[in-house]
Amino acid sequence: MITAILVMIFLAVLLGLVLGYSAIKFKVDGDPMVARIDAILPQTQCGQCGYPGCKPYATAIAKGEADINQCPPGGDTGARALAELMGVEFKPLNEDHGIQKPKSVALIDEATCIGCTLCIQACPVDAILGAAKQMHTIIISECTGCELCLPPCPVDCISMEPVVENSESWKWKYPIYNIQKTQKA
Amino acid sequence: MDNRSPYVVNAPSVSMIMLKVLIALIPGIAIYVYIFGLGVVINIFLASLTVILTESIILSIRKLPIKPFIFDGSGLVAAWLLALSVPSIAPWWIIVLGTALCIIFGKHLYGGLGYNLFNPAMVGYAILLISFPSIMTNWQIPSSLMITHVDWLDQIKIIFNNNLISKDMLDAMSSATPLDYIKTQLTLNQSLNTIQQNKIFGLVGGKGLELINLGYLAGGLYLLKEKIISWHLPVAFLSTLFITALIFNVLAPDTFVSPLFHIMSGGSILCAFFIITDPVSGPTTPRGKIYFAMAIALLVFIIRIFGGYPEGIAFAVLLLNICVPLIDSLTQPRIFGHK
Amino acid sequence: MQLKNIFKFNGGVHPNENKKISTRLPITKLPIPKKIVLPLRQHVGHVAKLKVKPGDHVLKGQMIAEADGNVSASIHAPTSGKVLKISEEIIPHPSGLADFCVTIKPDFKDTWIEKKPIPWKKLDSAQLIRALLQSGIVGLGGAVFPTHMKFKINQNQAINTLVINAAECEPFITCDDMFMRERADEIIQGTLISQTLLLAKECVIGIEDNKVEAYEALKKAAQGTSIQIKVVPTLYPSGDAKRLIYLLMGLEVPKEKRSIDLGIQVFNVATVAAIYRYLELGEPSISRVITITGTVKTPRNYEVLFGTPLSELISDAGGSSNKTKKFIMGGPMMGFDLPSIHVPVTKAMNCVIESSPELFPAPKPVMPCIRCARCADACPVSLQPQELYWFSKSSQLEKAKDYNLFDCIECGCCTYVCPSNIPLVQFYRYAKSEIISQDKAKEAADTARERNEFRLTRIEREKKERAERHAQKALGAQEQKANDEKKSTIAAAMERVKQTQQENIKN
Repeated sequence: MITAILVMIFLAVLLGLVLGYSAIKFKVDGDPMVARIDAILPQTQCGQCGYPGCKPYATAIAKGEADINQCPPGGDTGARALAELMGVEFKPLNEDHGIQKPKSVALIDEATCIGCTLCIQACPVDAILGAAKQMHTIIISECTGCELCLPPCPVDCISMEPVVENSESWKWKYPIYNIQKTQKA
Repeated sequence: MDNRSPYVVNAPSVSMIMLKVLIALIPGIAIYVYIFGLGVVINIFLASLTVILTESIILSIRKLPIKPFIFDGSGLVAAWLLALSVPSIAPWWIIVLGTALCIIFGKHLYGGLGYNLFNPAMVGYAILLISFPSIMTNWQIPSSLMITHVDWLDQIKIIFNNNLISKDMLDAMSSATPLDYIKTQLTLNQSLNTIQQNKIFGLVGGKGLELINLGYLAGGLYLLKEKIISWHLPVAFLSTLFITALIFNVLAPDTFVSPLFHIMSGGSILCAFFIITDPVSGPTTPRGKIYFAMAIALLVFIIRIFGGYPEGIAFAVLLLNICVPLIDSLTQPRIFGHK
Repeated sequence: MQLKNIFKFNGGVHPNENKKISTRLPITKLPIPKKIVLPLRQHVGHVAKLKVKPGDHVLKGQMIAEADGNVSASIHAPTSGKVLKISEEIIPHPSGLADFCVTIKPDFKDTWIEKKPIPWKKLDSAQLIRALLQSGIVGLGGAVFPTHMKFKINQNQAINTLVINAAECEPFITCDDMFMRERADEIIQGTLISQTLLLAKECVIGIEDNKVEAYEALKKAAQGTSIQIKVVPTLYPSGDAKRLIYLLMGLEVPKEKRSIDLGIQVFNVATVAAIYRYLELGEPSISRVITITGTVKTPRNYEVLFGTPLSELISDAGGSSNKTKKFIMGGPMMGFDLPSIHVPVTKAMNCVIESSPELFPAPKPVMPCIRCARCADACPVSLQPQELYWFSKSSQLEKAKDYNLFDCIECGCCTYVCPSNIPLVQFYRYAKSEIISQDKAKEAADTARERNEFRLTRIEREKKERAERHAQKALGAQEQKANDEKKSTIAAAMERVKQTQQENIKN
């Protein structure tokens, strides 16, 4: 009886030491979870999730304050990836936050632009060039399509243009099975 | 527009591959019939019928097209192999039940053709062996050894209703397999030499059984020639079995039978060319195939000599089927340009 | 023709060659077409920069688009005429999408621009690469990699062997075969020039043993030179550069490396001939030999100006005998359906096959994979196609990458031998392009994240600076106020003093 208790105590101490040692030895700096969630988010910085950007949303998910299905640009695919990372059940995109749209970029109608710089201040990735009273233009390659520049424009000269597929960005499609034609389901 | 290159293909269909496997079984079956009578053909017929019926029902439940999946022939191959593995004097419901279970549990519950983790025929065999051990170990003795004459009508009677046959006749017709016999006799402290004096032993294996195995061997060589199976599996299996048996035989010739006996009795040849060569449940890499076959051979030998069952092929194959994903991932071949 | 010292690679297949039908007639020059449509993207790399505008008159061989950066190639007018328009036209690409093209209306005078042969013997390597950048020459075997890039050699990568790829392993295609039969001299000249430029010690031409006449022609032309002509067995895909190097030398180009890292450079036969024509005769790359075969009335080889609408080629070859009007660009193993018969001939177009349901029957119903591993036996890269298929099919892209999906050369051998008729290569193409596009999206997201973080720190910094400025200003105002107060106190005091003095005076 006493031996058993002693053995158990000994084991508990030993395991405690091992755990304590590894906690020090393999300590992870920072919060890798936020970074890993952030890596899945599309970095549109659109704020449709209700947070001021992708990183704040990632932090909120990591803290358990936000759900995984609030990111319309990431869509169901993104939600699925987040569900897998967080080890939770997948939820389809919450449409209160918006719906997934095809990737678009903003385009300024340069004839109408009055050069007010309001859109420049709104752009989360500094993708708009221009100065006061000068016409503005968008660096298409940097535009994330977040639409944040649309509301501040006083003359409504910004429109969203969907990105068209060209022969370089074209992708091979998932092959279509022949047998599916004969399949009833 | 479809971009489906290559536009040309040159491959035998799955049906053709399976058909050739069935053809390769015919020499063995023919000798089987010659030695034991028509019982085995009845079993094969029952198994084929069962497999077609069961598959049709399951495919329609799974809402899959029936025609291509019946004609692929993989169900028939499993059914025939199972029919050849059960005693030819077993009652009809044994093979019907076994085939149905093998197709349902061995094949379709895993997703059907191409998805089964285990060799379907061996799943069926293992279920039968565990559930009905006495029936499954009671084999017919060759017609030539029987005192009383048995014709094909008697065999049909045995299979469909063995009450029609006298008890004496039934006993006269059946015996344990040579492997089983050796095992039980050795426990009675008989010497191997005396045991092998029994009439059921032939030149190297069981009387008659060794001839059937030669028939299977011929079929297996045909499959090798047609490139339906790769040489790795049979060569690794038979050589490992032979060498292991040889070592034990040399060390203690009184307790361990000769390696040739191991090769030529039980289902060794059938296993080497027809059972472990099932592509779906086996490994795909050349090295993996060798390890897989060697491990099965070792297990077969261990179960035969030390295990509780007279024949260990089914269990050995099923155990190694579990290891296939591991074997495959550990034996990936070197890719062109890689170290 | 003897097969000697050949190193056989794993797998490979022997599809029906079907080459004889298009080698009966000699190479014919196709007349100048009524319209020339030149896509600006005909090569690997950046789109060429346009140098002409609608209405311009161009001469034959005049550069109409300039290479943009290093990985790019120039485009030249194939004949003289007027630039009609610059517009988006359907190009010969598996996507069937349109891309920017220059349309030229030929004046049928075919006036050459002044030809300037390059004194290549006097040029150093850098000058030569600049010259070749202007030539518009790209790999004519179908890879269309800008050729000048292949002459770029680092100090530590001395070239030992120049390999000339004359294998042409795809069925139906005979353009290189006919080229060798008729213009072996040009090839040998070009080979010698390339060998000199690369400072390569030796040179091997690898040719499949089914091209006897071409072999004889090359042998005759190469007499008296140190060029070695080595026969390799007819086995698809021996024409793949890495497979050819292995066949000839037994060397495997290591993973993620190029042949140049082994001191080997590979050129196609037509490419070296183009190098010869550019350096010695001053003619840029404006035409190529192309095989038209399949069910057209007279399958044969043509020398065609780039930009010629395919329809003109088809009608000259006797037109199509069936109604399907389906054409395949490339060979039957790796080619693709052309979106239209009006697409222009490009630098990549080595062969056009008119297909018919009899020639290339519709694929049979797909059965599940039975893991028979015939595909693994046929794979020239020793991959495990059945595993790659499994991962690609279920879109487990990471896993597919781990199983070396990107080593796959999409040769189609696996599909060729699959008993279950699975379109394996299509799955690999899908998985590859999905991975590439995901990587691109990831890269874009990373830039966006960086830019966003940069902006946030900038805003933060500006805020801080503004706050500091405010603080400073406030401090200044306080001092001012203090000063003012002092002054006013002094003034008040002075006032008081004055008043007192005045009062004193009054008193």
